[in-house]
Amino acid sequence: MQGGRYLADGKSQSLFRDKPIKVLLAKPGIDGHDRGMFVLARAFRDAGMDVLYAGLLPTPEDVVNTAVNEDVDVIALSLLNGAHLTVFKKVVDLMKERGIDDISVVGGGTIPDHDRPKLERMGITGNYGPGTPLKVIIDHITERAAEARLRKNRI
Amino acid sequence: MNSQGYYHGKLNEMKSRHSDDPDRERWRRETLAPWNQKTGYDGKEFFNSSEIPIKEIYTSRDLPADYEKRELGLPGEYPFTRGIYPNMYRGKLWTMRMFSGFGTPEDTNRRLKYLIAHGESGLSIAFDMPTLYGYDCDNSRADGEIGKCGVNISSLKDMEVLFRGIDLSKISTSMTINAPSAILTAMYVAIAKKQKVPMDSVSGTVQADILKEYIAQKEWMYPPEAHIRIIRDMMTYCSANLPKWNYISISGYHIREAGSSAVQELAFTLADGFYYIDLGIEAGLPVEKFAPRLSFFFNSSIDFFEEIAKMRAARRIWATVLREKYDVKDPRSLLMRFHTQTSGYTLTWQQPINNIIRTTIEAMAGVLGGTQSLHTNSYDEAWALPSEEAVKVALRTQQIIAEESGIPAAIDPLGGSYYVEWLTTQMEEKAYEYFDRIEKMGGMLEAIKKGYIQKEIAATSYRRQMRIESGEEVMVGANKYQEANEKPIGILRISKKAQNAQLDRLKKVKATRDQAKVDAILSRLEDAMKDPNENLMPHYLEAVEAYCTLEEISNAGRKVFGGWKEPVIV
Repeated sequence: MQGGRYLADGKSQSLFRDKPIKVLLAKPGIDGHDRGMFVLARAFRDAGMDVLYAGLLPTPEDVVNTAVNEDVDVIALSLLNGAHLTVFKKVVDLMKERGIDDISVVGGGTIPDHDRPKLERMGITGNYGPGTPLKVIIDHITERAAEARLRKNRI
Repeated sequence: MNSQGYYHGKLNEMKSRHSDDPDRERWRRETLAPWNQKTGYDGKEFFNSSEIPIKEIYTSRDLPADYEKRELGLPGEYPFTRGIYPNMYRGKLWTMRMFSGFGTPEDTNRRLKYLIAHGESGLSIAFDMPTLYGYDCDNSRADGEIGKCGVNISSLKDMEVLFRGIDLSKISTSMTINAPSAILTAMYVAIAKKQKVPMDSVSGTVQADILKEYIAQKEWMYPPEAHIRIIRDMMTYCSANLPKWNYISISGYHIREAGSSAVQELAFTLADGFYYIDLGIEAGLPVEKFAPRLSFFFNSSIDFFEEIAKMRAARRIWATVLREKYDVKDPRSLLMRFHTQTSGYTLTWQQPINNIIRTTIEAMAGVLGGTQSLHTNSYDEAWALPSEEAVKVALRTQQIIAEESGIPAAIDPLGGSYYVEWLTTQMEEKAYEYFDRIEKMGGMLEAIKKGYIQKEIAATSYRRQMRIESGEEVMVGANKYQEANEKPIGILRISKKAQNAQLDRLKKVKATRDQAKVDAILSRLEDAMKDPNENLMPHYLEAVEAYCTLEEISNAGRKVFGGWKEPVIV
């Protein structure tokens, strides 16, 4: 994770001046625990982001399709049902298959410590548990969005 | 019976009975204010989860003059504020019912027997997410989810294993299942038949509260009207065939976990309850007869007195509305029986051992609130399903309250506390405000379909989160008294073996059943679904007994009724 430097040198401000950070919130498994999603959606919006919510029970395919069609910067995945290793992986595998590298993926939910390095290796960062301050999550999304935006702007 | 505007009238009546206490005003001026000035009191105000401001002190003037006679009463008597039974826990303790389920039916069967051996008095089954949504373990969407949040059930074969060696004539079972509740009820009946248990002694509860699914837990398969029709069929079938089966457990638990306040939990749960009363009446069932089969399920959260007040208010509202609005005369039909579970949301991921204390406080509130059964959460549940060790501590917590603390000795020991009684009337009044508003919106189903209820909850949840972020509301270990580098705790892990075992069993079931019979039954089921006058329960029973799978049976409905997209909440 080297995203911090974009924030440090003030680039992120100019990166998002014309188009705010766009985030897709999604629970790609069979899981109806959406309390946290609604809180995050409002908090991200209050932080000036453009927020989409994928609704109930989207498939990993639905999530990737929406992310591409809507040209989001970040997909924020959440599961509280213990299936994160299998299901989050399906999302990043699909992205890899389709050669998508200008969208960052972050995770959260009830993710035990011993699963976090496994998710990081898949490129899924954050993986925040209950009790994480919103500011920590928003800063992390901003960093990962800056990475994605730089890749989107490279051509 | 002219019931239009009943709630509005009730509300006005309650408001007209408020009064001030001149002596408290004097005390504030003469004693409190100088003291505050001298000690440098910062003017901090106090609120509960329902954002009700809490006064410094309560007196008899906070209650209407005839309160004791009209609203308080005595246990076992209308309006049941002090408890539904004359002797409460002096006669029989609450049922200690620990919600359990994980992995394969074999895993859960072992956990159930472990709990029975340690003194648990009733069973409560948790199902995994695919089961809750009516998918079999071999559905590609179920990959990675098998046995993770509860036990996986794909066919009757799994239920046979789940209850192996457990005598269903001796124990009652609660099953937390909603969208496919009629199918699981049919499976339970099939097991009871195999064990030769007479139908009139099959006892237990199935949650089947679909309204709160659309509100909070979000586990549905079909549009609301289709699920409501299935519930109606279950009500009619069980009234005639399963006299001891509680076919709806009207649940506030999930509404609260989704972020509501205590008042919202109370109001929305009871509004759901009145909806089911209307449904039974519409189906031609006598309300005196079916009302006792509806039971309730509340959350006990961390604001101790507020929870107790909420439970006392719930009993009083239920009895009052049934008697006054629905003209129910038999006092036995006015009793609100409820299960309580301590709050999962209040448990912290940080310093998890502290969760034992939170659960203890919440469990005490449930008992002081007069619950009929109780589940205590385990300290490791912010992380995962509980380990055997953690679940034992949780059960022991109940046993210590029951057998050491002396709390069960006197009935409703907080009754008569000016504070608790005032808070009980506050909860009640604010619930009637919601009933009035919901009635004006066209009833509970309309309010849900418009997203009104969901938005109310999301707004409360967000305000609370903001208070936690600012530190105004404290969660010890999480936003105050944090520790760096906490040592991890051992948690239960569900291995992929559970998924493979379930896949193998399902394959075997499909290979050995009479496929022609299965096809014929499923096609008859679809026809029955198309005819709203046909009761689906006998069809479900026939289907599970022929080893049609959960998903096959659910899919018949997906074909006939279609799916459902929720209104936009955020």
